[in-house]
Amino acid sequence: MFRRLPEAAGPPVSFTIDGQPAVGTEGDTVAAALLAYRIREFRTTPVTGARRGPFCLMGVCFDCLVAIDGLASRQACLVPLREGMRVETRQGKREPGR
Amino acid sequence: MRHLAAIAGLRDAYDLVIVGAGPAGMVAAATASGRGISVLVVDEAPMPGGQIYRAVAGTRLPRHLLGRDYRHGGKLVQAFSESEADYLPEASVWHLDETRTVGISLWGEARLIAAQQVILATGAIERPMPIAGWTLPGVIAAGGAQSLLKASGLVPSGRTVLAGMGPLLWLLAAQYIAAGAAPALILDTTPQVNRRHAARHLAGFLLSPYATKGLRLIARVRRRVRVLSTVEELSIGPVEAGLRVTFRRGRQIEDTRADTVLIHQGVAPNLNLAAAAGCALEWNEAQACWQPQVDLWGGSSVAGIAIAGDGAGIVGAEAAAARGELAALEALRALQAITAAERGRLAVAPRTRLRRFARGRAFLDALYRPSRAMRLPAPEALACRCEEVTGRQLADTVRELEVVGPNQLKAFLRCGMGPCQGRFCGATVTEAIAAARGVSPAEIGYMRLRSPVKPITLAELAAMPSSEADRHAVVRG
Amino acid sequence: MSEAEFDAIVVGGGLVGAAVAYGLACHALRVAILDEDDTAWRASRGNFALVWVQSKGLGMPRYAAWTKLSSDIWADFAAELRDASGIDVAHSRPGGFTLALSEQELEQRRQTLHRLHNQPDMVPYPYEFVDRAQLRQVFPQIGPEVVGASFCPLDGHVNSLRLFRALHTAFARLGGRYLPRHRVDDIAHRDGEFRVTAAGRSFAAARVVLAAGNGNRRLAPMVGLEAPVRPQRGQVIVTERAAPFLTHPIVTLRQTDEGGIMIGDSLEEAGFDTRLGLGVLGTMASRAVRMFPVLGRLNVVRSWAALRVMTPDGFPIYDQSADAPGAFLCTCHSGVTLAAVHAGKVAPMIAAGVLSPDLAPFSAYRFGVPAAA
Repeated sequence: MFRRLPEAAGPPVSFTIDGQPAVGTEGDTVAAALLAYRIREFRTTPVTGARRGPFCLMGVCFDCLVAIDGLASRQACLVPLREGMRVETRQGKREPGR
Repeated sequence: MRHLAAIAGLRDAYDLVIVGAGPAGMVAAATASGRGISVLVVDEAPMPGGQIYRAVAGTRLPRHLLGRDYRHGGKLVQAFSESEADYLPEASVWHLDETRTVGISLWGEARLIAAQQVILATGAIERPMPIAGWTLPGVIAAGGAQSLLKASGLVPSGRTVLAGMGPLLWLLAAQYIAAGAAPALILDTTPQVNRRHAARHLAGFLLSPYATKGLRLIARVRRRVRVLSTVEELSIGPVEAGLRVTFRRGRQIEDTRADTVLIHQGVAPNLNLAAAAGCALEWNEAQACWQPQVDLWGGSSVAGIAIAGDGAGIVGAEAAAARGELAALEALRALQAITAAERGRLAVAPRTRLRRFARGRAFLDALYRPSRAMRLPAPEALACRCEEVTGRQLADTVRELEVVGPNQLKAFLRCGMGPCQGRFCGATVTEAIAAARGVSPAEIGYMRLRSPVKPITLAELAAMPSSEADRHAVVRG
Repeated sequence: MSEAEFDAIVVGGGLVGAAVAYGLACHALRVAILDEDDTAWRASRGNFALVWVQSKGLGMPRYAAWTKLSSDIWADFAAELRDASGIDVAHSRPGGFTLALSEQELEQRRQTLHRLHNQPDMVPYPYEFVDRAQLRQVFPQIGPEVVGASFCPLDGHVNSLRLFRALHTAFARLGGRYLPRHRVDDIAHRDGEFRVTAAGRSFAAARVVLAAGNGNRRLAPMVGLEAPVRPQRGQVIVTERAAPFLTHPIVTLRQTDEGGIMIGDSLEEAGFDTRLGLGVLGTMASRAVRMFPVLGRLNVVRSWAALRVMTPDGFPIYDQSADAPGAFLCTCHSGVTLAAVHAGKVAPMIAAGVLSPDLAPFSAYRFGVPAAA
């Protein structure tokens, strides 16, 4: 859904998306890395289970929530991608303790 | 500038706390620097620049692609790095009150900091555009898409449709064209009647810094991309492997397929922190949006809290920087680091710049004022994204229960109770009630906002200091 | 009957006023609710949504009986409301707990309930103390500091915002008139009828019900009554929506039917100040996390402070005016729990024109106030 301009290539950062290996670029937020990986559905809503993806990409819409390294409800557009991050999508209602 | 790596690095108290490292915040910090006062700049992003100059210091994209205005941000970042401010990036400000206690959170740890003076430079956020399908995956705010371009060099793949109105839409289209990723179609919702209203301010616009640049940019885009104007209605629906955009121009209804739809109808002040701190708001009729009440120095209705930049009212990046400077000068005076006379002398330059960049805004405001129909939610559209309340539910409830205000509406339908705290529904709710009652939004008011303005965890809240009286209020027999 | 004439005018559109007005409308009275504007004090927006029996009535057994009655008829009330409004208020009565975070707290609780249930004329109802092991069966994730709890099977909760909307919706559908931005300036009683002045307009009614919360203090003397009420601040925290986790409400911690976890409850004499106190919020959050450590990572998305309507002894006031027959006063700080009796018992009394002698203990006369102006 989004592709990277060749001019913007940079050092790769390995991470996982729902257990699958993926690669992003240094400087990406988690949201950018997911979008570059053709992932546009990040979660389901706790109200109706509707599918959502990132919208504002500046931390105010709260539609880009994913779990990162076991901690849920993280705003993917605000978290810088780091090596080895485990990203999980599809959080609906949050499991307490996760 | 002292880049703090952890929340423990913060002092307990600062003379001046600046929230936001966009143009207004950066210039405020640079202005206040070197005057013997302690300054802290807190920002959510990992690098300074705010939204307009997002990643300007780190982008790998070539200079020509994003434009000269963007590169100007690099100078502001430079001046900011040379300042003496403490800088805490990736941190959120979740609380501010009239005692100027600032609640900050970084990586799951919260702290309360005391400030003598506060400057809120929280900038602007996308206006809501409550059309059917605006919550579908693949529908992204144009400003957000622009951030992806600046910070990560990402452009949409496949068939991209831009829909809406405003300078940002044209700028993004031009940037995509320069990057070899021209959109397939632009659906321009600028109302025909706006051109007439804007024409009254044409002279001012033509003399302004925006005119030549803007007109050339639009011409460049129009040469390269199909533009359909005076689109009056829009809706987006999911189709196999993509989206379908349906639109009406006059009596003609058409649709087009898209992989990605980027929507935008302008920006509005990001006022949640100011409002939760008790700053009074006002309705800006010319721009049809809410903004905090501020005086000539950015002073809000709460003593010691000033608001600068687009967060005080949409004025654009250059004017935002000037406002940051003015707010910092007033803070310096209030802290007695400079005299009123010095403040007056130092204010001449930013006031001149402010006047210069205010010229032409009236034209832009009039031209790019979204129609009332596009500000009100379509019946099937989600008026409130977080709580998934439709435009129809909103209208029915307002009518059936004689709702007079957004707080009553919040109690009935939960609009404003989700994590975004009304950022994407506050204006819509007020407009819907105003429309139903046949009055101006100014008479209806805005929903009441409270801490936490950004989420913090229960564990963070649990670690806040408490007094004996606090405990007594909670632990009873 | 002209546009401005009603069988009853209810002053106040919060949970008490709306419940009474709905009950009156169910009896085919022509009713108007006169309400203030969007930014009024509005205790109803700040409640905790408990339908709670446990520990109520220490000092007035009659109140315990009244509360139990309301709890017992609440399910039927909810069903009736669903039919009248189309809105399900998600009432459930699984029983509720009061958790103790120390032996001292537990002992204090034992003593309180012992005193409560040993009052003369106290209505009997089941309650018990459970130990940690029993608690873990109900709440597997209970924190290590919780030593035990009191439990009462009569306790429950409801979605109070939907209750509020259901009452207003049902009222509107029954033909009730809701008039916001109509703050009452004056009430006069002449020739057996009341003339209420609000927003520059005049309304006539055979009955007036004062249900204006803290506003009753100002209004009561107009009809020869006294309403010694004062504001008492309470703060509440709400988290993001979570997967179902708390099966039973706890007096300071409950999960709504939508998933958010609500944490209360604080009591402060702060006048009309509705600002948040971080120290109080922090203390409440701290206790909640001690009760269920897994809650620590949940995000707080909202908090608020609201003003309860508090009488000197904490019990409701139900009064009828001797000077101005047809004028009634209803105030309490448990508008959710008592909504069922307000709609189902008090409203019919008002429709009939006289409060039952059963409610005599709730008269403000108990405070030694003059019964007549």
